[in-house]
Amino acid sequence: MRTEASTRANIRTMTDHAVTGLAVLATVLVVAPLVAIFVYLLYKGASSLNFDFFTKVPKPPGEVGGGMANAIVGSAVLLALASVIGIPMGIGGGIYLAEFGRGTKLANAIRFTADVLNGVPSIVMGMAAYALIVAPHISLLPFMGHFSAFAGGVALGIMMIPTVTRTTEEMLLMVPNAIREAALGLGVPNWRSVLSITVKTASPGIITGCMLAFSRVAGETAPLIFTVLGNSFWSTSLNRPIAALPLQIYVFALSPYDDWHRLAWAGSLVLIVLIVLAVSLVRYVTSRGVLKGNS
Amino acid sequence: MGVGIEVINLNAWYGSNHTLQDINLHIPANQATALIGPSGCGKSTFVRCLNRMHETNPIARVTGTVRIGDLDIYESAAPVSIRRRVGMVFQRPNPFPTMSIYDNVASGLKLNGYTNRRVLDDIVEKSLKNSALWDEVKDDLKKKSGASLSGGQQQRLCIARALAVDPEVLLMDEPASALDPVSTAKIEDLIFELKSQYTIVIVTHNMQQAARVAEKTGFFLNGRLVEFDSTHKIFTNPGDKRTEDYITGRFG
Repeated sequence: MRTEASTRANIRTMTDHAVTGLAVLATVLVVAPLVAIFVYLLYKGASSLNFDFFTKVPKPPGEVGGGMANAIVGSAVLLALASVIGIPMGIGGGIYLAEFGRGTKLANAIRFTADVLNGVPSIVMGMAAYALIVAPHISLLPFMGHFSAFAGGVALGIMMIPTVTRTTEEMLLMVPNAIREAALGLGVPNWRSVLSITVKTASPGIITGCMLAFSRVAGETAPLIFTVLGNSFWSTSLNRPIAALPLQIYVFALSPYDDWHRLAWAGSLVLIVLIVLAVSLVRYVTSRGVLKGNS
Repeated sequence: MGVGIEVINLNAWYGSNHTLQDINLHIPANQATALIGPSGCGKSTFVRCLNRMHETNPIARVTGTVRIGDLDIYESAAPVSIRRRVGMVFQRPNPFPTMSIYDNVASGLKLNGYTNRRVLDDIVEKSLKNSALWDEVKDDLKKKSGASLSGGQQQRLCIARALAVDPEVLLMDEPASALDPVSTAKIEDLIFELKSQYTIVIVTHNMQQAARVAEKTGFFLNGRLVEFDSTHKIFTNPGDKRTEDYITGRFG
């Protein structure tokens, strides 16, 4: 009897170790490609990083030197515009789906549309922006009729909306109903309860959703091909073609010039690092307001 | 000061489920009234009709009259303003997790537009003293979050939060059922103290609790109010056989 029990205990322990080992292996397999990419980029690109890279525009092919400063700034402009478009609309949509329209047909239609939008290939988004903003001969809006940063920002912004909407909705649904009831029981109007209590409680998750959407569009290249065109010079104007880091990397990588290849590697490294820095910065800033006793 | 509550022909539904049937009673001012009955008898639904929380559920429906003091709450006023006069403490403590202790207590006021710092400080201190929590938290008011307290402390925090908006009536839906005996005793002592300032309606599963704190007790069964009388009479000489069966533990 005693030996049978201890044998079972041994098998249990061994199974425990085996499954733990599998879990660790799975984690390693998932993280390994990321680490491998990063290490390889460091190897290929770090040597090309210098002060010039971050401050100068590209030199014409054949000339040595230059940098991708205009592309870094250009990407920042595009992502700022995309965030201004995508985040408020996305969060607003998520709030509607979770708090005001739960169960309604309109909410179901919105959710379905968001999911479909999420699946649209990025190049199709670019072409849609091209057709609606860049191509028209008649200028209904000031930015229409030519390649522009505006068109690229709009394309990227719209791509952010489904992710932000769905994660906002999910995070809001996770707020326990007891919290809503507590607010209502105090005589707080529903809209105030939603904004000041429910959204605030869900805000860490909502911010994560925004960061996910941000990281995704930060690296998008296809929508930019038809909208911003790219620019070899300094430009931050929304009304003109603008340089963008992923686009610049693409153009340089496909070119026959070694110098531009070097810049492309460096640019890829910088792109990843900047995205990680942006996300970390947001995490740090938003976590500083958290109280003792909260995670 | 508390006010009396008059309930006339109250009926309530959840969808097609007729949860409350023809409830009539008068809840006296400045007393504690206990509502007892087996699970699912409608006592929680009843108190939620008193502050119009029942109708926050989309499939809920109410008919009848509820008068708080001289105000007919279903005819003349918006739910939001009713709930500022009728406070509620729920079964599970539900402090706002993103707010400090201070902000939790002040939330009913802050979210309704009051911003005067000194006034808020006074009200927070007074409410926490009234709910016997002040001494335990006075040094950490703004540093600790509401959710970092123990269960009993959280419930007293919720009571302070409800008291801060200065209601006339305090509804308590099984406030101590999730708490340990020591915390429960503290809450019961609290109810004793608060009776003089507020009208208290307390739903409880615990008959000894009803006997300890309430002057009057109502027995609910299957959506009907079977008997409503002084606590002493209900527990020593109930008029209805069903009440007697419940009290003596034959069911529920």
